Amino acid sequence: MGKGVLYVPGIAEIDDIQTIASMILLGTVARTAAKYETDLQVPTVSPAVYTVAEEVVKASYQDVGRADTYRSEQVRYITSEQFAYVAAVNGMMLRDKPAANLFLGGFFAESLLLAETGHSIGAIQIAGTANVHQMPFFVVACDYTLIGEEYYAASALLSNDSRLLGSLKSSDTVKVVLIVVVVIGCILASSGITAFGDWWSTTR
Amino acid sequence: MKREIPILITLVCGLFCLIGFFVPHPWVRNGYEDIQNWALILVGLTYVLGVANLLRVNLRGASQRATDWPYKLVLVAALLVMMGIGFSEGDSYLDSTSKFSWMYKNFYSPMSATMFALLAFFIASAAFRAFRIRSTEAMLLAIAAFILMIGRVPVGNMISHYIPDAANWLMEVPQNAAKRGILIGAALGVMATGIRLILGIEKTYGSGGDGGAS
Repeated sequence: MGKGVLYVPGIAEIDDIQTIASMILLGTVARTAAKYETDLQVPTVSPAVYTVAEEVVKASYQDVGRADTYRSEQVRYITSEQFAYVAAVNGMMLRDKPAANLFLGGFFAESLLLAETGHSIGAIQIAGTANVHQMPFFVVACDYTLIGEEYYAASALLSNDSRLLGSLKSSDTVKVVLIVVVVIGCILASSGITAFGDWWSTTR
Repeated sequence: MKREIPILITLVCGLFCLIGFFVPHPWVRNGYEDIQNWALILVGLTYVLGVANLLRVNLRGASQRATDWPYKLVLVAALLVMMGIGFSEGDSYLDSTSKFSWMYKNFYSPMSATMFALLAFFIASAAFRAFRIRSTEAMLLAIAAFILMIGRVPVGNMISHYIPDAANWLMEVPQNAAKRGILIGAALGVMATGIRLILGIEKTYGSGGDGGAS
């Protein structure tokens, strides 16, 4: 009890859709943290992400009427260097021993370094990324992992807003259509009919 | 208005970039490139805010004797020394003979390599947990991992040429199928998120509102 939450938004820049999705989720996390007066720390790897994250967290504290509990040190710019950032975040974990670590964003070689350190301090860990090569590391070291599209769908599900949920429904419909197209393509290609595949080809 | 104006800017820039990606006409293309240059300038400006935040947080921590405060002073000193040397060398700060490059190679690079090297130990501990057989799925994972690892080293081929073949099949068929499934799902998620943002349906990232999608 009384321990905080560490939110790591990945090491991708703000123009990466994974970071934008992470900022959306950060809003929900910050509102919950503010509501329960739980300490929230957001170390960032990019000054642009820092600027956006600070705005999101500040606005979230205002939204739940806890603007007075927001501290400017909660959202920090650490460094733009990958492993220096890992060293700083691991240090924060080992010193502050947060109760929960959230790794949501674009992660690369640092994913396992962060997740294993978090595991060693006994924090509950939730990870989400669309980087396929980092998913196994998160699956091994974290309690819950949002894989690929789950990560993008999380903000819509958390909001419970009908229009956002509708977008999930529509992407599911598109997925069914794509599956049908892929199956038809496989059958036709296996039967030696290439016209369908050629029609979709981008290298004509 | 605090919420509507950013949404309007997102809508206009998002749609313009979307059109600019597909339409090569100079009118559209030039505007598209201009928007990208504005974004670069904005990101450059945020470095000032980032460094100001870093100095504020660490100097305040050091002055209040927070936990491990001497490290905060080391960080600030390192930042100022590197910046000072970089600025004093002007345009030649990235030359291989510059003091800045020397410090980068002899201070930063070894420390960075040390952090990266820790990954080997973390992989060992993570693999130990991953390959503990506690369920049928874990058993399948452990068997697949065993075949893959032994199939990727010469001893696998020495035992039987079927082992590398099995390892290749695992990588090319089940692994590739799962990876492509995840990638297709992620691509759809990217499109859905992009459309939600551009059309202003997703408003959580904005400020000063009710803090959710509305």
